[in-house]
Amino acid sequence: MPSVTYISPDGTETTLEGRDGDSVMDLAVKNGVKGIVAECGGACACATCHVYVDEAFSDEVGEAGDLEDDMLDGAAAERRPTSRLSCQIKLRSELDGMRVTIAPEQV
Amino acid sequence: MTEHILIIGGGQAGMQIAVTLREDGFDGTVTIVGEENHGPYQRPPLSKAYLAGDADAESLELRNPQFYVDNNIVVIPSEKVVSLAWGQNHGVAITETGRELPFSQLALATGSDPKRLTCEGADLDGVLYMRGLDDANALKARWESIENIVVIGGGFIGLEVAAVARKYNKNVTVVHSRDRLMSRAVGPVVSDFFLKAHTQRGAHILLEKKVSRLIGNSGRVTGVELEDGTVIPADAVMVGIGVSPRGELAQQLGLEISANGAIVVDSHARTSDPRIVACGDVAMLPHPLTGESMVMLESVQNAVDQAKLAAKTLRGGTDEYRAVPWFWSDQADLKLQMAGLLQGYDQQVLRGNPDEGKFSVLYYKNGRIIAVDAVNDVSDYMAVRRALTAGQNIPADRAADSSVALKTLFTD
Repeated sequence: MPSVTYISPDGTETTLEGRDGDSVMDLAVKNGVKGIVAECGGACACATCHVYVDEAFSDEVGEAGDLEDDMLDGAAAERRPTSRLSCQIKLRSELDGMRVTIAPEQV
Repeated sequence: MTEHILIIGGGQAGMQIAVTLREDGFDGTVTIVGEENHGPYQRPPLSKAYLAGDADAESLELRNPQFYVDNNIVVIPSEKVVSLAWGQNHGVAITETGRELPFSQLALATGSDPKRLTCEGADLDGVLYMRGLDDANALKARWESIENIVVIGGGFIGLEVAAVARKYNKNVTVVHSRDRLMSRAVGPVVSDFFLKAHTQRGAHILLEKKVSRLIGNSGRVTGVELEDGTVIPADAVMVGIGVSPRGELAQQLGLEISANGAIVVDSHARTSDPRIVACGDVAMLPHPLTGESMVMLESVQNAVDQAKLAAKTLRGGTDEYRAVPWFWSDQADLKLQMAGLLQGYDQQVLRGNPDEGKFSVLYYKNGRIIAVDAVNDVSDYMAVRRALTAGQNIPADRAADSSVALKTLFTD
């Protein structure tokens, strides 16, 4: 099972193991990781699960789709080249060990 | 006794109250009691990804079971509270099975029930609703065998189910009593667009038509008869004609109830008994941006945000509820996103071209933006949501130029 380490806005690190196909957002929210709001539950409708992906995994994770790209433009926190909505990143073995930093503001 | 907060209702709002109480450091007892045989889960995907087979039940869970254990939140499923009584400093809730749940403070997040058909044939097998996981499972269990489905009600739920059914090549007829689709929630331009879009995708949409009765054979539904005499064949009938708030316990407590049965709350999510809060679909609340009128907000956004505030109010907080209402609906490849409430608008601005499948409609009142409906136009949706959140305006005359990004037009 792929594991992901979340760095919350207050600096807390949480490492979780998830199932393939769940999103990076799902795993965080279901385990109560602070900082990811994810009000829409993964429908790419709210831009409240904004994370910065560790550069080592940027290529593997890939770029945001068109819709996500527009959502990120309107996200509350600063957009960076590594910005993604975590609901749109599905867990798979290639992402094992990935670190993501949760954006400081979500709403 | 120690502080014991009882939350009645195990949906999104009920869960959020419990989570916020713990996040804020509340160390008394927190109990969530819900009628359904499931822990708190997401409802919006039921008529979308879950029905389409793109999400499973586990993925709908709002939190892992272990989360509740770790946070000392007691979740009691499958129990219906039937009576409530207050003593001097505490109260007790009694469930249908006779279980007694004591509390020192109470939160009502009882949600709503789908309105039921009352015409002849309404109790036939194959007449289905869409509120809970069990409802969605009932529809999924029949899915393979359905050739003809009639959807009664052209609101979000009905149209979402219709879109999934068309994706699976079923014959779909939507019977809507009003003159335009989703008329309570979106403006006419958007209604017209979705009428065309669903028709192009093969659904038959009938506006201003009323059902007179359902026809059956051996107890199973076989057709829907309209008041004009038309009979539409149906292996399944999906009813999405709105919801009734579950205010019955509040009524029992003598709390103020609106004409439609909703629990009336103030801007702190307090009911007419200040010891009791209510939030989510069951609440009728002051407009969260203007405070000018009383509104019902049946949405995840409100369930979450109002629940957060209700949790703070229970602990003596004095903040008022202020939030930009927002909603979304996925229908086929169309993403409809709405922010603000358009009721009372006196001007609208269309951006983009509906014929190209990407556009937005901005709504204004007295020259100030109050809402947006956006179809596959995330940028405009996000821009208006942000403007409303910040209390800023987007002047209508400048917004009319679709080539200019809205986020560059904010003014005070």
